[in-house]
Amino acid sequence: MGMTVAEKILARAAGLPAVAAGDVVEPRVDLAMSHENAALVINQFLEVFEGTGLAPTIWDPSRIAIIFDHRVPAESPKTATNQKKIREFVAANGITKFHDIRGDTGGICHQILPEYGYVRPGYVVVGTDSHTTTHGALGAFSFGIGATEMASVWSLGYAVNIEVPETIKVVVSGTMPPYVGAKDLILHIIGTLTAQGANYKVLEFHGETIRRMSTSGRIAICNMSVEAGATSGIVPGDEETVRYLREVAGVTDDIPLTTPDADARYVRTVEVDVSKLEPQIACPHMVDNVKPISAVAGTKVQQIVIGSCTNGRLDDLEIAAGILRGKKVAAGTRMLVFPASGRIFAQALAKGYVQDFMAAGAVVMNSGCGPCLGVHEGALGDHETALSTTNRNFKGRMGNPKSEVFLCSPAVAAASAITGVITDPRNN
Amino acid sequence: MAKVIIALGNDISTDDIYPGRYMATVLPTETPQFAFADRTDFNTRLKAREFPAGSIIVGGENFGCGSSREQACSTLKGYDVVVVAKSISRIFLQNSINLGLKVVLCPALEASEGDALDITDDTVINRTTGKTFAQVQMPAARKGIMDAGGLIPYTRARLKARG
Repeated sequence: MGMTVAEKILARAAGLPAVAAGDVVEPRVDLAMSHENAALVINQFLEVFEGTGLAPTIWDPSRIAIIFDHRVPAESPKTATNQKKIREFVAANGITKFHDIRGDTGGICHQILPEYGYVRPGYVVVGTDSHTTTHGALGAFSFGIGATEMASVWSLGYAVNIEVPETIKVVVSGTMPPYVGAKDLILHIIGTLTAQGANYKVLEFHGETIRRMSTSGRIAICNMSVEAGATSGIVPGDEETVRYLREVAGVTDDIPLTTPDADARYVRTVEVDVSKLEPQIACPHMVDNVKPISAVAGTKVQQIVIGSCTNGRLDDLEIAAGILRGKKVAAGTRMLVFPASGRIFAQALAKGYVQDFMAAGAVVMNSGCGPCLGVHEGALGDHETALSTTNRNFKGRMGNPKSEVFLCSPAVAAASAITGVITDPRNN
Repeated sequence: MAKVIIALGNDISTDDIYPGRYMATVLPTETPQFAFADRTDFNTRLKAREFPAGSIIVGGENFGCGSSREQACSTLKGYDVVVVAKSISRIFLQNSINLGLKVVLCPALEASEGDALDITDDTVINRTTGKTFAQVQMPAARKGIMDAGGLIPYTRARLKARG
């Protein structure tokens, strides 16, 4: 019986000739990522060793990545103290893949990992963040875990009792219409599958549209796979993966690719034709409450957000800046832009996008998660509405349970900033 | 027998259970105060310790969807409640088992706030309505961690065995 990408990766990592969905394996972990919640991982890690007589020892510090992004710069003394504690732990334990709050090497964890070549095709990646599904964009099997599970990985170097998930094959065909992109595609897929449609399963993406798509677009798609409940989203590695790792991440060593067998077994196949896809909007308060833009156009919005691990990359900023260039953000609407990393921020400056945003009246913020998770930098007022390129719109997500969040592509966000209402960028 | 203290719908997210703005709070001794913080009345009743240990939170499909934040489990564990849901999202279920929060999967469950439930090894009996519902058993992979009392003792035993 042939294997899917996830099965092949897990078989290799578990040292087995083959595995099938439902098997329980203990895969060796290639990369273990945390952000500020490393503060909790550290507590749990130290507790694991209590009473063992063993010194707390990380199995391989070179395989741990810690990136500050969720609350940067710190919004409170509590966060600042957690960050200080993590810095001390990082230094004491020789963790080298550490990205502090910096304008050059800082950024959002799910941008830093691909950008620095920390993730390769075929890797098993775990992260204490549900959007760790992102790294399937580079052909890895990458999934979110809790802090205690991460403490176990830090101690042992493998993940315990992992069930090999079933895989749903998603085949995408057609050419995207103008101003329709990867974000619209994944919102459409989530709307079709529902928020639990891929629970405990992997989404493996195929088809001409995916093959032609840039790594940036693939990142957006894999990032939001978790919003359909998926354990991981995977684009099998290909020429584009190699190009990205060589040209953007500067990888020079071998990049072996993992592709599925022709007779791999899928639990379901979903086919999507994008050639007539409209811009898609996820409406409050669920990510699977997806409608074509025509159904909600004209809805008034007080805050526009462009950024996050989903849509804060250079091509996202490019399309938004192109729409805003020479225009103004509507009175009564505020616009916040968060480049996904320091490197992207610098590139956006060099290309003039930051100037375009500022001239239009947008506020360009430092790289980080920003208001996506409702901690700081852009909370909503009572009964306000946000239109955001981020990935979640649960009630209270942007810091206020009396507000609403709509999710969209960067093109829709930029077009709507000019009018102050949800606007189809194709009508510009 | 224990009472249902709240009956919730489908897709209850971790932002609902433990809002993101409290994520800088990580200690299990401190997270319980923010359980369902945006459901003000319920949060107040929890904090007042109105509900005895073993009280039941009923969820629909996909309970605990969203973030991997473990606080969503430690905040409930602080009240010794039991979550009985039709289905539970992957990360929340795994975190619950890792931390020892009791969760029960009961796909056909019908229960309202105030109902009295008996949780047996393989069923949930609603004593108020007289109906019995089958549980879905946890996979063996998870039972090992539950039997060890959570992932920390489980991992500790692995370390000791390795020496």
